[in-house]
Amino acid sequence: MKKTVFLGIALVLLIALIPLFLRKDAEFGGSDDAGSQVVAEVDSSYEPWATPLLERILGGELPGEVESLFFCLQTGIGVGIIAFIMGRFVERRKWMKQEEEPARDCH
Amino acid sequence: MRKNEKRILAAAAALALAFGAAPNVSAMHIMEGYLPGGFCVAWGVLCLPFLAAGFFSIRRALEQRRNLITLLAMSGAFIFVISSLKIPSVSGSCSHMTGTGLGAILFGPSAVSILGLIVLLFQALLLAHGGLTTIGANTFSMAIAGPFVSWGIYRLCQKTKLNRRASIFLAAALGDFCTYCVTSLQMALAHHEDATIGGAFAEFLAVFAPTQLPLAVIEGILTVLIVMGLETYAKPELRAIGFLKEAK
Repeated sequence: MKKTVFLGIALVLLIALIPLFLRKDAEFGGSDDAGSQVVAEVDSSYEPWATPLLERILGGELPGEVESLFFCLQTGIGVGIIAFIMGRFVERRKWMKQEEEPARDCH
Repeated sequence: MRKNEKRILAAAAALALAFGAAPNVSAMHIMEGYLPGGFCVAWGVLCLPFLAAGFFSIRRALEQRRNLITLLAMSGAFIFVISSLKIPSVSGSCSHMTGTGLGAILFGPSAVSILGLIVLLFQALLLAHGGLTTIGANTFSMAIAGPFVSWGIYRLCQKTKLNRRASIFLAAALGDFCTYCVTSLQMALAHHEDATIGGAFAEFLAVFAPTQLPLAVIEGILTVLIVMGLETYAKPELRAIGFLKEAK
């Protein structure tokens, strides 16, 4: 069990990080941009007819630093919720075990 | 006390979903304005029955067992953590995963469509990622097609008595990958002025598939890991939704 977890995490890190070292020259831009390039290729006369609401309000793109703020916020909140609920589950299992123990053996 | 806790959890879940945007994630949702109006409407309408079914299925699940909100919040939180992680890929560009596999396996695909829609809505509003005009198409690919594939594959694997972890891995990874295939198809259907539909589909797929393939593997692994955690610590909830059979 523990082994599987460590193996899994190691694999994830490897898959995520290896491209960085393999493709030192690559830009690692978003595949969105690549998407618009393909559109230009297969449908050259197409013009996007709407722009993102926030960009219209701001009159330009969201500053990169603010984007990364939103980005961290999102990850942080998500991890927070998962950790909070997981923490509750872990604690609950402890006292569930204590209640069960006199009755029957726990695995 | 317990009631309070539940309320807090519900509030936390709501907040989570509200921020469930993937700010700045440069992955692949169809960008604002990149689908002609007719397609936007058509995909949107196509999503409606799934969303309605999802709403009812979530309501029913929560009415029966209020405490399932924890697992639901967890599935939602998983989607937005996972979809916030931009990961470099061998193709030289970055993309993110969908994270919808977990919810689909636990709660069924229609419930995930609601979680996914909320994530996409806020992404489109706050982050200029995806878009309001293309929300129907994006919902269909990420929150409906992907989860349905995940769920279907998981069910199929269960039938063939495949090892549970392997089934979860396959379901999550293929569901993720399918999301991007559907996106490519949606783009190709709308944009094939200078090429055939098939040719355009192949071109879009050629851009997204190499990037997404390794990420699909990562998503599969992460989903297996979180399910392993839940199997250890959340047995009562997993039994309640029928994911685990009664004690062996």
